[in-house]
Amino acid sequence: MGNHALSYGAQLARTQVIAAYPITPQTEVVGFLSELCADGKLDARFIKVESEHSAMAAAIGASAVGARTFTATSAQGLALMHEMLHWAVGARLPVILGNINRAMGPPWTIWTDQNDSLSQRDTGLIQYYCESNQEVLDTVIQAYKVSEREEVLLPAMIVLDAFVLSHTSEVVDMPDQELVDKYLPPRKATYRVDPKEPHSFGNLTTPDRYFELRYKIERSMRRAEGLIKEAGEEFGRMFGRHYGLIENHHVEDAETIVVASATVAGTARTVIDDLREKGEKYGLVRVRVLRPFPFDEIRQVLSEAKKVIVIDRNISFGHTGIFFQEVKAAMYNQPRRPPIFGYIAGLGGRDVTPATIMEIIDDAKSKDKPTEDIHWIGLKP
Amino acid sequence: MMAEKTADKQIEIKGESDMPPMAMSLGLMSWNKTGSWRNLRPVIDYEKCIKCMICWKFCPDACIHIEDDKPVIDYDYCKGCIICAVECPKDAISVEKEE
Repeated sequence: MGNHALSYGAQLARTQVIAAYPITPQTEVVGFLSELCADGKLDARFIKVESEHSAMAAAIGASAVGARTFTATSAQGLALMHEMLHWAVGARLPVILGNINRAMGPPWTIWTDQNDSLSQRDTGLIQYYCESNQEVLDTVIQAYKVSEREEVLLPAMIVLDAFVLSHTSEVVDMPDQELVDKYLPPRKATYRVDPKEPHSFGNLTTPDRYFELRYKIERSMRRAEGLIKEAGEEFGRMFGRHYGLIENHHVEDAETIVVASATVAGTARTVIDDLREKGEKYGLVRVRVLRPFPFDEIRQVLSEAKKVIVIDRNISFGHTGIFFQEVKAAMYNQPRRPPIFGYIAGLGGRDVTPATIMEIIDDAKSKDKPTEDIHWIGLKP
Repeated sequence: MMAEKTADKQIEIKGESDMPPMAMSLGLMSWNKTGSWRNLRPVIDYEKCIKCMICWKFCPDACIHIEDDKPVIDYDYCKGCIICAVECPKDAISVEKEE
């Protein structure tokens, strides 16, 4: 299951400190990692905490000392971590956080949508949206490599859909530990809490300096864009599975391009493959990395299309789907910008099936331009 | 003791580009003398002082040390909050303006 893929990723990365609090649908991550630690299969300190806020606070402390640190959560748990997410970013600590996408309550729910992770979009964490359990495991290893680089030093969130990935069994290739060690050497922290060389951290910073520190976070984010690609390519050379910022499928001569993320993208791919067999020119862009936003790649691939469809399993209330607004904003100043259709589907874990995707595709096909800012799909009358 | 051992270790910076990416002190407190923030300077009149050590007890920055049974203000770190002067039962601590 996806939760185990996340845990095995943390094990293979030789995580040294884990601090986490259980919440459905993430619970197996806490259970499994604590077992691995208790059985001596993972040489890490497992810190039991009383809340997600404390989980991230403990992870921050451990990371500040120089340890490779991991935590995981979902929905309300992630929301409770919010303050500490800002802290991890500002303190420049490469904590890796697994977030199982679960819709926000109330009403109480445990099923998937992306509003929990997207509510943390502006904290400064790198965000990876995974499509398969294999990608979850592989991304944990890559995320440490990217985040721990001196040029980056930012925490990252690895996002997977509740149940569709977290509790679904798939065959996952476990990379060889020796090879992972070669790919991901132990962390070297230049600035860290060290009693032999004491410094104070997180000090009060006046307007004279705060501005520059924010600039540095943004500059690191932009550098991460290239380094995520580099880490994904190196991973591909060593393990045979290549990763990038976005994943293009049949886009070369596509007239209409569907933009989607996570498991919805996987469903869309099968629909597009069927359409291609019938000779219809559809393509798919799967957004794997939302932060840093892959401006160049998105602009390049979408400017050639005649129509763009963005499918969101999330909503910014009072605005639109979030991937939709981001894609649209990226295209606005481009010389060639196709009409962009925004669809919302699958909130609260409602299934997004090939039929749902077809309904979206047919709707966009019937229109020259979007008729509304949000097109709701599957809404009951 | 740790501070003395590594007191000379200080991050050298020429400009913003050399600065660490996070807010952190660049050296030890033995190097970072925060007494320069002071506007008001407490001065102990040892003629009036009865060595009750109330000033030592109340100093929020631990800047009053006991030396030879007397309270002594460490001006390298005293920020001039003047709590000591207010608390002194004998009005033995006067307040001067720091120029």
